[in-house]
Amino acid sequence: MSTVVASISLAMLAGASTVPVDAGSTAWMLTSSALVLLMVPGLALFYGGMVRQKNVLTTMMHSFVAMAVIGVQWILIGYCLAFGTSIKGFVGWNPDYLGLHGISHLSDYADKGIPEFVFIMFQGKFAIITPALISGAIAERVKFSGFIVFSLLWSTFIYDPIAHWVWADGGWLFTRGVLDFAGGTVVHISAGVSSLALILLLGKRRDYPHGAILPNNLVLTLTGAGLLWFGWFGFNAGSAVAAESPVAGHIAGLAFTTTQTAAAMAALVWMAIEWLHRGKPTSLGMASGIVAGLVAITPAAGHVQPLWAMFIGGLSSVICYGAVQLKGKLGYDDSLDAFGVHGVGGIWGALATGIFCSVLGAGAINGLIDGDATQFWKQALGVVAAVGYSFVGTLAIGGLVKATIGLRVDANQEREGLDITVHGERGYHLDVQ
Amino acid sequence: MKLIIAIIRPDRLDSVQTALRAVLDEQDYFRLTVQQVDGHGRHEGEVEYFRGQAVRAPLVRKTQITIGVNDQYVEPAIAAIVKGARTDATGAIGDGKIFVLPLEDCVRIRTGERGSTAI
Repeated sequence: MSTVVASISLAMLAGASTVPVDAGSTAWMLTSSALVLLMVPGLALFYGGMVRQKNVLTTMMHSFVAMAVIGVQWILIGYCLAFGTSIKGFVGWNPDYLGLHGISHLSDYADKGIPEFVFIMFQGKFAIITPALISGAIAERVKFSGFIVFSLLWSTFIYDPIAHWVWADGGWLFTRGVLDFAGGTVVHISAGVSSLALILLLGKRRDYPHGAILPNNLVLTLTGAGLLWFGWFGFNAGSAVAAESPVAGHIAGLAFTTTQTAAAMAALVWMAIEWLHRGKPTSLGMASGIVAGLVAITPAAGHVQPLWAMFIGGLSSVICYGAVQLKGKLGYDDSLDAFGVHGVGGIWGALATGIFCSVLGAGAINGLIDGDATQFWKQALGVVAAVGYSFVGTLAIGGLVKATIGLRVDANQEREGLDITVHGERGYHLDVQ
Repeated sequence: MKLIIAIIRPDRLDSVQTALRAVLDEQDYFRLTVQQVDGHGRHEGEVEYFRGQAVRAPLVRKTQITIGVNDQYVEPAIAAIVKGARTDATGAIGDGKIFVLPLEDCVRIRTGERGSTAI
């Protein structure tokens, strides 16, 4: 008893809120943070299995190195820029947040009943996975050192501001009521659209589109998709932290339900489309449908009813499948469909939020289905802002990296494979005793 | 002595072995080497799908068997392989090919024997 009193006093000295730390919420948020981080190795497997054998390690390294680089950057400056005191709604700043040096571990996050460090960690995982998503577009030809520097700059100048706009107190999209429950705009639109800008700078793989580029290990891809679905419950249901207090409550339950429903329907729809279009339901198609559904429900998870979540997920598969076929016709090399699934799915999800929303925290909100277009136009504003800023910003940052360190490996490295030429390793030695 | 190299469909290996056993058995097991190979002839690579985009694999997977035989067994061996490797009585594109090469010498490593008895 006395230790509880002592810790509350210390917490008050540290400037904490008067809402006591809720054990259930804190436990759930710690778990969610770990679940979201698990999505990064999951993404590594998902992407790694889809590339050619000679590039499996390098592709996985893109995700792993994001955990390392952004893991550090987030503490040093990322959290400050994203969640510091708002400068005109564009970006945050608070010197105490640099390196987290001015934040006591006894500090609480707002009135949500969880420690501030837990919130910082949770948000940091989103910052980590976003550049890892971009790596899917540029697989098999991007220069590793260029990718590291690009990720660092991109996270600082693109991700952190956009996260601030949408999620921070004072962020200009936040104050205008743009909804993004778990990061459809902040993570998926920004990553997907930035991917498009980056591949315009990078160019196609030498073997695309005329060479036979086939996945080296779809077993890894399916495993990765499973881990992504699992981790996404932390991504979406954990994001209830912004909507309710204590966190482990009804909104989390709703977000979990819509996440599951959207993913399941999206998987079925993609499978059905392929079955009709090509006569064969592929496992990669199932995995892709799952992800397309999860991406689309991300901004809407805590705002829509499960039946609408099903529709959002299902239609996401239709739209994303179409986008991937269109890519084939237009001939740009978005290797693993970062734009086709994350960009396109994210845009659909953001707009769908404005169409189907009915829940807002403890209250209600009208969507387009109620005959009210207000929220839809706010969502459209968020989409336009994120798309425009991501695209132009990435052209600038990507251009800078291209002109200095370089974005692309040389022809010989690309031909031999990046695992052996860049990392000095091979992913498999299955034929050797 | 001749070295027979036959490229056949992987799923016909069992029936080829059965057919060869019938003609080559000398109260002993016949000897052969099996490798997995890739190649193409008129049999084209399979079509795989990557998110709705059709990709044709450039090469076809086949099985290659190599056996050394004494001259009197060459024709029976060829007939056995053909019988075992054909998809059905009439055969189909992709059934494979047999090459017959002259074999200079043959050595049994265990005993040092050479020539016809070593095969």
